[in-house]
Amino acid sequence: MVVTELKAIKVETKVRVRNTDFYYGSEQALYGINIDVPARQVTALIGPSGCGKSTFLRTLNRMNDIIDGTRLVGEVMIDGEDIYNENTDVVALRKKVGMVFQKSNPFPKSIFDNIAYGPRLHGITNKDELTAIVEKSLIRAALWDEVKDRLHKSALDLSGGQQQRMCIARALAVEPQVLLLDEPASALDPRSTARVEELITELRKDLTILIVTHNMQQAGRISDFTSFFYEGRQIEFGPTKRIFTNPGEKKTEDYITGRFG
Amino acid sequence: MRSRSAQTMIYWLMRAFTYFVLIVIAYIIFDIIRNGMPVLSWEFLTESPRKSGAEGGILPAIVGTLLLVLGTMAAALPLGMASAIYLSEYAKRGRFTEMLRLAILTLAGVPSIVFGLFGLGLFVLFLNFGASIIAGSLTLACMVLPTIIVSSEEALQGVPQSLREGSLALGATKWETIRKNVLPYAIPGMMTGSILGIGRAAGETAPILLTVAAFYLPGLPDSIFDQVMALPYHLYVLATQHPSADLVRPMQYGTALVLMILVMTVNLAAVLIRSRMRKKYRW
Repeated sequence: MVVTELKAIKVETKVRVRNTDFYYGSEQALYGINIDVPARQVTALIGPSGCGKSTFLRTLNRMNDIIDGTRLVGEVMIDGEDIYNENTDVVALRKKVGMVFQKSNPFPKSIFDNIAYGPRLHGITNKDELTAIVEKSLIRAALWDEVKDRLHKSALDLSGGQQQRMCIARALAVEPQVLLLDEPASALDPRSTARVEELITELRKDLTILIVTHNMQQAGRISDFTSFFYEGRQIEFGPTKRIFTNPGEKKTEDYITGRFG
Repeated sequence: MRSRSAQTMIYWLMRAFTYFVLIVIAYIIFDIIRNGMPVLSWEFLTESPRKSGAEGGILPAIVGTLLLVLGTMAAALPLGMASAIYLSEYAKRGRFTEMLRLAILTLAGVPSIVFGLFGLGLFVLFLNFGASIIAGSLTLACMVLPTIIVSSEEALQGVPQSLREGSLALGATKWETIRKNVLPYAIPGMMTGSILGIGRAAGETAPILLTVAAFYLPGLPDSIFDQVMALPYHLYVLATQHPSADLVRPMQYGTALVLMILVMTVNLAAVLIRSRMRKKYRW
């Protein structure tokens, strides 16, 4: 059913996950996940706390690798390449698949150095080139006008909402194709949240976006597709409109209407 | 009512104990300053001892102690910091790492005379360095390593995990992340703890007694394979080995005062580094 729904609106698949299990040590966190994430669309991952949606998100840039004793079984393909292949260049993968975390994590450096951090890692040293990247990234993250006069001031002096948009700009600076957002607005006030949501809608034109969110309204507002996770399993996946108006599973309906979660 | 008066009593008791400790420390410092100040002169600081320390100055001992501190830093800082980076950033949590940690803590509790004996056996005799600056520095380095490792590891653990994740997520390798987004923030804390440890080593007598310190050596060393005098040992010699210890009492106090100022300067440097860097990095 998933496949027919996607075919109906003709989108290409960016991330293809097949029969994927994930373990923290001996504890299994994901069970047989199958999902085709469409390119240049926003896909929301919803579900109650501890359902595995963040874990799933972190499998896509192999961020779980840094936790001792984790193990993945199955296939995670991005652009047709298995990213868990032993020849995978994790550095190149993470450049292609950017991530923004739940709690904004500005580095204790200037705004400029925060944004230039990624490009510098990937070998760009020319000052003019870096300046251009910093400006472009901040413009894309809708933060340029607010910070253009204090690029060399500490990023820690920005407000919470600005910090999170700066983290998005920092992720954009390495020109990712996929952007993973782990509850990026959960710690923000409504106004900042609205700005981040606008930003996501704007970025969707060039990027494949996956966003973990606890906020049903948010998922409804900004996502094209929704995946519902429950106890480590994907219960349902489909166009957001359909999931929200006509869910195929009782569990999905109960969760969306707030009967549990 | 009864419990309240008990509270008050405990409070004053604790307070009295604290003040007692402070008074003891203040008295020691006051006594050393009062008796040491009169001998403190340009001559005392810049001349070699004469008549086995009864006259002249303590320059060779000052230079010796400074060289030992520098040598200890040169040997212990890289080694200790590297170990701390390994333990904090690379080592997997497990039985082996736990044993390693236990070993380091045990090392911290080994008496300094045992380190001295170890240094004598390994550096002076087996490696044939002889009683020398290098043997003494390496011995002191072994002694302060646990302090450096533990405090450096704490400083590294103080850097939020989110900074590591943020860097890795941008495509940094593990080492790039450590070098660019962990170490710069941890170094001040690592330095502070390490320097405090080394400051303690500057005042140690037992390890250098067996590995480097000379009883009486009017000249300054030419190489790291020379023996030197050192302040703590000179103090020990003046106070217990001198034929007329009572007569050289002022010289003993002067030496003690110089040693104390030296160690306090080192500690002050550590505190300054910390407070300056704290302002720079906060999260």
